[in-house]
Amino acid sequence: MSNIAIEVKNLRKDFGKLVAIDQISFSIMESEIVGFLGANGAGKTTLIYLLLGLLTPSSGTIRIFGFCPLSARNEILSFSNFASGYISLPSNLTVRENLLVFARLYRVKEPELKIDFLLDLLEITHLQHKVTGFLSAGELTRVCLCKALLNDPKLLFLDEPTAGLDPSIAEKVCELLLEQRKKSGVTIIYTSHNMRDVERLCDRIIFMKSGKIITQGIPLEIVQEFKQRNLEELFIELTRK
Amino acid sequence: MSLERILGLFLRYTYVYRRSWIRVLEFVFWPVMDLLVWGYLTLFLSNAEKSFSSPFQFLIGAMILWDVLYRTQLGITVSFLEDVWSKNLINLLVTPITIQEFFIAIFLVGIFKSLLILGLLGCLAALFYHFHLTQIGFYLLPLIGNLFLMGSACGVLTIALLLRWGQAAESLAWAIPILFQPFAAVFYPLYVLPKWIQPLSFLVPATHVFEGLRGGLQGTYSYSHLFWATFLNCCYLCFSFFLFKRFFLSAREKGLLVKIGTQ
Repeated sequence: MSNIAIEVKNLRKDFGKLVAIDQISFSIMESEIVGFLGANGAGKTTLIYLLLGLLTPSSGTIRIFGFCPLSARNEILSFSNFASGYISLPSNLTVRENLLVFARLYRVKEPELKIDFLLDLLEITHLQHKVTGFLSAGELTRVCLCKALLNDPKLLFLDEPTAGLDPSIAEKVCELLLEQRKKSGVTIIYTSHNMRDVERLCDRIIFMKSGKIITQGIPLEIVQEFKQRNLEELFIELTRK
Repeated sequence: MSLERILGLFLRYTYVYRRSWIRVLEFVFWPVMDLLVWGYLTLFLSNAEKSFSSPFQFLIGAMILWDVLYRTQLGITVSFLEDVWSKNLINLLVTPITIQEFFIAIFLVGIFKSLLILGLLGCLAALFYHFHLTQIGFYLLPLIGNLFLMGSACGVLTIALLLRWGQAAESLAWAIPILFQPFAAVFYPLYVLPKWIQPLSFLVPATHVFEGLRGGLQGTYSYSHLFWATFLNCCYLCFSFFLFKRFFLSAREKGLLVKIGTQ
């Protein structure tokens, strides 16, 4: 039987008069891949930042493997990791130097071997001595994923990791994530506007609008429930409502 | 040639001043600080021959030690800013690194950079001007130590202000130590400053360091200056960390932490 990886109860986040997250509750099981969907400004990224302890909730509780992100920050961050299409790595270091820095921050045992393994896994060994600032968007995404897998995370937060990637690289990223889940049982929280990736990757989706959860469940079942042909049509239907 | 296009670009460079008081302040800050430092230095030099045998030696010594303070502060602040500029701050904040580990690492960067500069400038001053900073002996070490402390306090303070005002406050990284410079009696003795400023100058640790340096170069070692510099530095370091913690928690509450890390 799986354990609960994340449990959120009545979570709310206000920025002055703006309610970014509005009294939401959900739980995510270990090894589950859950996609958070919604239009821009729906609250997906805010939710990820709350789960990572980068924001303080206005009210409600968050438990990650039983820990509170604010009081047990170090415990949670040592077994989790994060990658986003909107953040980067120091552009003046080489790929390998960047990965070595993060390997030390996560106290990875035998960092050189681990980096070799991950570079090979993501098929970017040839980039290891290239300065990060000169990478293409697709290459940088794979390097960021490499960073995100350095500490063999139990919990991986991916905020639009395939944003700006061509479909073939996005497909590769999805394959790799499914492979990682199979191997290590990692729990993945995933946000994307690419519905094809979400359909392929996620066991469950949680659809958000104006900080609220408006529906959640298995992608195919929700598509049928709303009488749509695919997730993309469902997305358009729900965001326009 | 289009006047409208020129106006368009003119507006592009000036709109920012309407919303950012820090930019407006920066606009007048540097010229005013320059005027104050050069003005008091001129006052000092015009009478210096009467009280000091070689005032220019003091200037070289002061210039080298000022760089210790400035490079320490800059080393700390720019280390933080480099992660802001490269959008790497969030990556760091989601690692299990603690605030203490973060500050120890960037303090070491600041001190390492300023030691390199101190060595280089010390050698060049000896080579070109026959000025030997080591002539004041072991008394030099606590003076330099106090400049590391003050540079560190300024560095933490700058990072705290960056967390509060975001990248709009970026220019503070270079401005904070300069703000103290005219009142810290770096290039001229304290008595050159107006009487009403002198009590305020006494609250700046660097004042005691540079007064101590001038004394040391003349063969008089003031341990009371060392005491006051160390005491004030400890107070300011505690205050800087207090402010940092307060602004860090507030930035996490208001979302400024992720904003500065992603913009």
